[in-house]
Amino acid sequence: MTNQTTLDSWARYTPQQRFQRYAAFALAALTISWSLSSIDVIWAWVWDAPEQMLDLFSRMIPPDPRNLPSILEAIWQTINIATLATAIAVVVSLPVAYIAAQNTTPNRLALWLGRFILVSSRSVNTIIWALLFVAIFGPGIIAGIVAIMFRSIGFLGKLLGEAIEEIDPKPIEALEACGASRFKVVLYGIVPQVAPAFFAIAILRWDINLQESTVLGLVGAGGIGVILQGAIDTFNWPEVAMVLLTILALVVLGEMISSKLRSKIL
Amino acid sequence: MLEITHLIKSYGDAAPVLKDLHLKVEGEQVVSVIGSSGAGKSTLLRCINRLVEPTSGSIVLNGTEFTTLGKRELRTARRRIGMVFQSFNLVDRLTVMENVQSGRLGYISTWAALTRNYPKDDIRRAFELMERVGIAQYANKRTDELSGGERQRVGVVRALMQRPEILLADEPTASLDPKTSEQIMGLLRDLASELNLPVIINIHNVGEAKEYSDRIVGMRYGKIIFDDLPAALGTEEMDAIYSGTPADERPSMGAAA
Repeated sequence: MTNQTTLDSWARYTPQQRFQRYAAFALAALTISWSLSSIDVIWAWVWDAPEQMLDLFSRMIPPDPRNLPSILEAIWQTINIATLATAIAVVVSLPVAYIAAQNTTPNRLALWLGRFILVSSRSVNTIIWALLFVAIFGPGIIAGIVAIMFRSIGFLGKLLGEAIEEIDPKPIEALEACGASRFKVVLYGIVPQVAPAFFAIAILRWDINLQESTVLGLVGAGGIGVILQGAIDTFNWPEVAMVLLTILALVVLGEMISSKLRSKIL
Repeated sequence: MLEITHLIKSYGDAAPVLKDLHLKVEGEQVVSVIGSSGAGKSTLLRCINRLVEPTSGSIVLNGTEFTTLGKRELRTARRRIGMVFQSFNLVDRLTVMENVQSGRLGYISTWAALTRNYPKDDIRRAFELMERVGIAQYANKRTDELSGGERQRVGVVRALMQRPEILLADEPTASLDPKTSEQIMGLLRDLASELNLPVIINIHNVGEAKEYSDRIVGMRYGKIIFDDLPAALGTEEMDAIYSGTPADERPSMGAAA
């Protein structure tokens, strides 16, 4: 079949191809309209949204700084949650990464155990971990720290494990030929090779944790989210605005610090 | 004295890489092992310190049978064999001194290794050896800042720090330019006699092998088909070692033996 019938006519697709494309478009449109109809949208609220947004925005202005001291205290708590949790997670993730890396794992069982820890940590969202630990430890900062830590172990362990798998095996061979024990081979052969990746990954995770710990308060796990939740519940929009501005400042600051650290270390 | 008898190495069901080898090295002899790629030179060397596990046979270094050692004993025994590698196998991000001292890892405590708190004797010996090979001024530099020849010198000093009873060198000059390559070969020969150390060198460059060694071993398809003084290595022997196909194996062995 050719598209070229005469010299002054040309078509990108054959009739059959054109039919298939229209059929695909129709199918896509059908799927979207079906999913829209199944989620029960109240359209009046959707068309209303720009108006509501303007209204909310006008209520937020000007932000109310009267509660600033307690907001700053909560921000400080948030920073501490993120930093402490990252520090503990880094330490815990080291052995997990070691057993989850193909080239350093002692045996198959350890490899699968390591991978199981990583996958189970990563497949659960921080907020869900937080809900779980609020139930265990009660509301407060401890639940927040443990939640962030549990989520971070998977992230750190996986990336660090991959860094271990990418090392050059030749120096390892040389150290083994010297009669060095396994632990000394790790100290002299593996640690220096993964150190840059290690610091980069830890800083990145700290940056992410700073952002994640701002929402922990929504489920009662401490930090700035507690104040945010309180302000939203009491329709205190000027304070909500103040909290959001402070979070924005925190995230920007975290970004600046982590990029500074990264350029310093690498 | 190193004595290898009936050494066989095979991977799975494939034809053996090493076929019933016998080799005896003693004194401060520099022995060069030549042969085309795949002849089994590297496997032979790695079987000696069991970086590659021999299938059968016996390897005895000054009275110690290496092939039957357990994991822990092997670690202690490996301290007695120094090894130098084609691609130097240094830890790039560590300093020259740390790389050199890693030759002592089999001797010092884990705590000393972690804190880089090396024994005074080891530091003195490191500086002596680095002075001897001309890299003492780089002690605090990271090894990736050094040139190829300098890095191989670090590799040699690391091996000598073990106070080895024998030195194995796997293509130590293959990644170096010709001039540096000769310097390293000269260094290995001189150190052999200064430290009364036998040295086994795998090497591709037959010219260098003849110039710097006391004895040449020619390997072909996992067998030693030539073992004599460098002067005895003539055109005919070279042909036997480097040309032909596996089918020619028998006649060439006959010619060289």
